[in-house]
Formats: sequence, C-alpha cells, structure tokens
Amino acid sequence: MLSLHDYSEGVRIALIAIRANKMRSVLTTLGIVIGVVVVTLMATVIEGLGAALDKSISSLGTDVYYISKWDWFSGEWWKARNRKDITVEQAEELRERLLLAEAVVPVVNSWQRTFKYKNRSVKGNLNGTVPEYEITSGVVPEEGRFFNEYESNAGRPVCIIGHDVADNLFEREDPIGKTIKISGYSYRVIGVFEKEGDFLGTAMFSKDTQAFIPLENFLKLFGTNRSIDIHVKMRDGVDKEDGKAEMIGVFRKIRAVPPGEENDFGINTQDFLKQVFDGVVSTIGVVGFLITSLSLLVGGVGIMNIMFVSVKERTKEIGTRKALGATRSSILFQFLIEAATICMLGGLLGLAISWPLSLIIDEVLPSSMPLWVVILSLSISVAVGLISGIIPAFTAAKMNPVDALRYE
Amino acid sequence: MALIHIKDVVKTYDMGAELVHALSGVTIDIQANEYVAIMGPSGSGKSTLMNVIGCLDTPTSGLYEFGGENVGDLDDNQLAEIRNRKIGFVFQTFNLLPRSTALHNVELPLIYAGVPSHERRERAEKALTDVGLGDRMLHKPNELSGGQRQRVAVARALVNNPSIILADEPTGNLDSRTGVEIMQLFSELHAQGNTLILVTHEEEIAEHAHRILRLFDGKVASDEVVANPLTYASQM
Repeated sequence: MLSLHDYSEGVRIALIAIRANKMRSVLTTLGIVIGVVVVTLMATVIEGLGAALDKSISSLGTDVYYISKWDWFSGEWWKARNRKDITVEQAEELRERLLLAEAVVPVVNSWQRTFKYKNRSVKGNLNGTVPEYEITSGVVPEEGRFFNEYESNAGRPVCIIGHDVADNLFEREDPIGKTIKISGYSYRVIGVFEKEGDFLGTAMFSKDTQAFIPLENFLKLFGTNRSIDIHVKMRDGVDKEDGKAEMIGVFRKIRAVPPGEENDFGINTQDFLKQVFDGVVSTIGVVGFLITSLSLLVGGVGIMNIMFVSVKERTKEIGTRKALGATRSSILFQFLIEAATICMLGGLLGLAISWPLSLIIDEVLPSSMPLWVVILSLSISVAVGLISGIIPAFTAAKMNPVDALRYE
Repeated sequence: MALIHIKDVVKTYDMGAELVHALSGVTIDIQANEYVAIMGPSGSGKSTLMNVIGCLDTPTSGLYEFGGENVGDLDDNQLAEIRNRKIGFVFQTFNLLPRSTALHNVELPLIYAGVPSHERRERAEKALTDVGLGDRMLHKPNELSGGQRQRVAVARALVNNPSIILADEPTGNLDSRTGVEIMQLFSELHAQGNTLILVTHEEEIAEHAHRILRLFDGKVASDEVVANPLTYASQM
C-alpha cells in the first residue's frame, strides 16, 4: 500500500521541515544525542576493558595454577589466616612428585622494597624465584635475559626489573649491566621485562613495578619467615582437570591434610580476572543502561512533543494533502518518517560527539568504537523516533480533511 | 448519465447544543463539460455542498453519485483516490506548500497517484507551462505573485487530468485585475472540455459560468442558465 513514492516524499518533507526548524530540531534531539553518546562510549570502554583483560590473562599464562596460602578474591580471607605457611621445601617436594606438571616454581615476595640507582629510587615488590619462572609467566625479558641455573643455585646478586622500574631509575641510560641497590644490597641488572600495563587495579599482578632475584639470594638476605607462592604450569596436552587433581592430591599429602578436610591452601587461576572483568562490565552496563534509557525516554517525549507541534502547525497542509489524494497511511507515514529522520540526525550527531571522545578513551584504554554499536545506536535512534512519532502521526492521519482545510 | 448526481442530500452538523442543517435536501445534476457557479450568501450551505461534491465530506443522508459510483459506499481510502484522480481543487487561499517549489507543488497529486518520478516531472512541467508559468517552475510560493500562485494551484488541479475542477472562491484573495485573468484561464479550460464547478459569492465572477445555482438556507433556490457568459473578450 505504501509505495516508494510515499517513502521518498516522506524523507523529502522531513528534511524540509527539519531545515526550516534547525534549532528546534537540534534541541529536540538532545536526549537522543546523550543516549547515543553514552551507549557508544560505554561499548567502547567495555571493548577496551576486554582487550586489557586479554592482555592481562596472557601475562598470567593460561594454564597456570597459583598455589598460595590465600585465596584471591575469596570473601573468607580470615579462614586463610590460620593456615600454615607454604614453604620452599614443600614447593621442592611438589616439584619432585608431580608427573603432569611442566614447571613448579616457588615464588617468594616481599612488598614495598626500595630500588635505588644513583640518586633515584622507587618502591616495588621484590620476588625471589627460579629460572623456570620464565616458563610459568610466559614472559621473556625485553632486554637482557632471565637468570640462569647457575646464578640461581649460587644465589648470585643479579636481578631482572620491570619496565616501570627501569624507566624510573634509568631514564635514558641502558639499565643492563648497571648495579642497583635493593633495600641496601647491590644487584646487577641483567634483564628488563616488557611493559604489561595494569588492569583495573591489578597492578599487584603486573611485573612492571617489580624486581626478580634468585630465590637462594632472597632467602639468604631477606629471610624465609613468610609463606611463599607456587606457580604450577601443566605439560602441553595434559587435561586441565587431571593436572589439577594430581596437584591437589599431592599437595594435600605434603601438607598432611587429613581426608575429608578442606584444603589448607588456595588454588588460584587467572579466572579471577574474568570475574573482576564481568563485575566491572556489568556495573558499567547497568549504569550505562539506566542513563541511556533515561535520556532516550526524555528524548522520546521531546520528539513526541515536537511532533505534536509539527502536526498542529501543518494542519492546513495536511488538509491540502488530503484534498489532493493523500490517504491516511500516507500522512501517517509522512510524520513517522519525519520523527525517525529527526532522531536519526540526533543519532548521527551523537556519533559525531562520541567519536572524538572514543579516541580520547583510546589514549587511556586502547580500544575502538565497534561497528555494531554504531549500527545499533542508529537503529535505536530510529526506533525511538518511530515509537514517539506514532501518536502524533495518528493524530495527523485521522484528521477530517474539511476541518483541516478550514484550520487557520 | 450525469457526471454528478445529487439527490435529496442532507448534511447535518451536531454542534452539541443544536443540530445545524447545512444542507437540507439538495438535488442537482451536473453534466460533463458544464461550467457551473454555486452562489449564495454565507451560511447558505455552498461550502458544505462543495465539500460533499469534492468528496471531502459525506452526506448525512441522500444519494451522491459521482460518475455513476455511489460515494456513500466508499471508504476513506477510496474517497482519497477519487479526490486524487477525479477532482482538482482550487482554493481561495491557494494552499500551496510554502517551502516547496512550484514544480513540486504541482507534482504532489501525482506522487499520491504513484506516478514514477520522471513522468511526474514531465507532466508537472507541462501543466505549469499550460498556465503560463513555464519560466517560474523552480520558484517557491513566496517568490510568486498572488495570480501566479493561483496559477500554480490551477496547474496542480489539472495535472492528474481530473473529471471536474472544483474552485472555491478562486479570486477571493486576488485583486480584480488578476481575478479576471484567472477567470479567463477557467474559460479557456472550459473551452478545452473540462468540467468546472465554481463556488463564489461574487455576482460578476459567477457570470463567467454557463449555469448558476443559487443556494439559500441549505436548499437550491434557483438554477438558471446564463444567456451570455462573461468572456475575456467581452471585458476588454
């Protein structure tokens, strides 16, 4: 019933009407503009977070378990307080007895140590570990190298530092071969890790601000009276669950946990990042959804209002069109198109605003505005136009031609 | 058979407190290629009669046949189609779309008739040329004089080759000189075989027609043939 002619005439009339009332149209679309800006920026941020998550996950290594006294992100930290410390000896024993693991790496750390070079200093975490750390972390130094078996066993005073530590201490100098002081002890820098960035305050997991020294050296100088972490990476091709079951079984025996009792240690994986991510995304999503819905609602009411005005203003035109043969549906369609076009322009305006903003976000959080969001937000704009235009358009369509013609 | 056959048509408006009888039993036949003026003082029902003839309104009771078709049986869309294809309206206030060019205004009925755009343009251009506005096609109404605007409206009325042209006080908003020009245009259209119905309250305008129907209180008071209709020549 509706022909292409109706459509092109509808668009034409809409553009003429909008051009005649530029300011009014722009103000009317404000709600739509805000809605589109929010929805696109939200999606951009979520996309950026997703990319950051992927990066963090890869920095943690995919099939690596982190055995610790603590459960990461467990709400019941007090349970873990009473657990016995995990010791280097337990780690050694685990390494000897696990068949499915490729690497079992003890990591002992100490927070907030001072790294100093000449007159510059920074604070960061100090870790003592073994050469296999390269396997479990999946990260190779960007410059230099990790320490080798010999340096490890001998407890040589060598260190690999994170990217931020190197930047802060050395600025333009090449750190390799330089000697820095860690809590007063001298270490030769033999490697620098590549930059990882941090994800949502997970800087504690990022190696950027940390330094790594041989475990033997750490134990000698900084003591052993703390619980260590054990990083376990399974062999390629090993079923994750099998590997995990073996690891838990063996470690329970080492720790002498009686059958039927809970583990007295935490098994952590990178999955927690996923949980943090999901939490953040759903928060952003809910807030964004509320703001978007609200602004679209306000926008929709604005459009409805302006369409009523538009219909009223053009009562005589509607009468004339009816006299010339316009059917109810042509008139209905004309005003629907007008409402949809105004909203579409609002959507485009919103995109024009959010595009540069997304480039700013990109600076902080590498991301890009996904195409589907552009399409989605334009579709939502048009839908809002159609929904809020329908009542005014009906009013126009069912006008009596005689009354409409007589209207002044 | 008459082109327009109106028998005992009554049109009553419910004004809430009272019923207003705008037409109380009108019977008329109008043949193809007639030139009829409908006259009467205000409140006589001439506008209502014009709305009924133009299918803008339907009678409360009585029979209205247009080209043999009972208009009372038609639904809204069919009425719109009759207005589109069979009737060309010329209004006192021109009723042009202010922001569209003369050409687009004339194309409007063809758009609603579903005529493809190139043909639409051709026919609209021809209609404008026929009324002497071949050089004003891309002007908007506010760039045209009153007489030119009414010519655009006439071109719009003609463009879809209607069975009748229905003009409601077509000279009411024009000065007398321009009014005469428009009446001359109507005489030419009539001479070319068109059927014209003119609603007016001005005697000298009505005398251009070949037949004058006078309404009074919603009834036909007189129906006379004009012996010597005014023509352009007779006014020179």
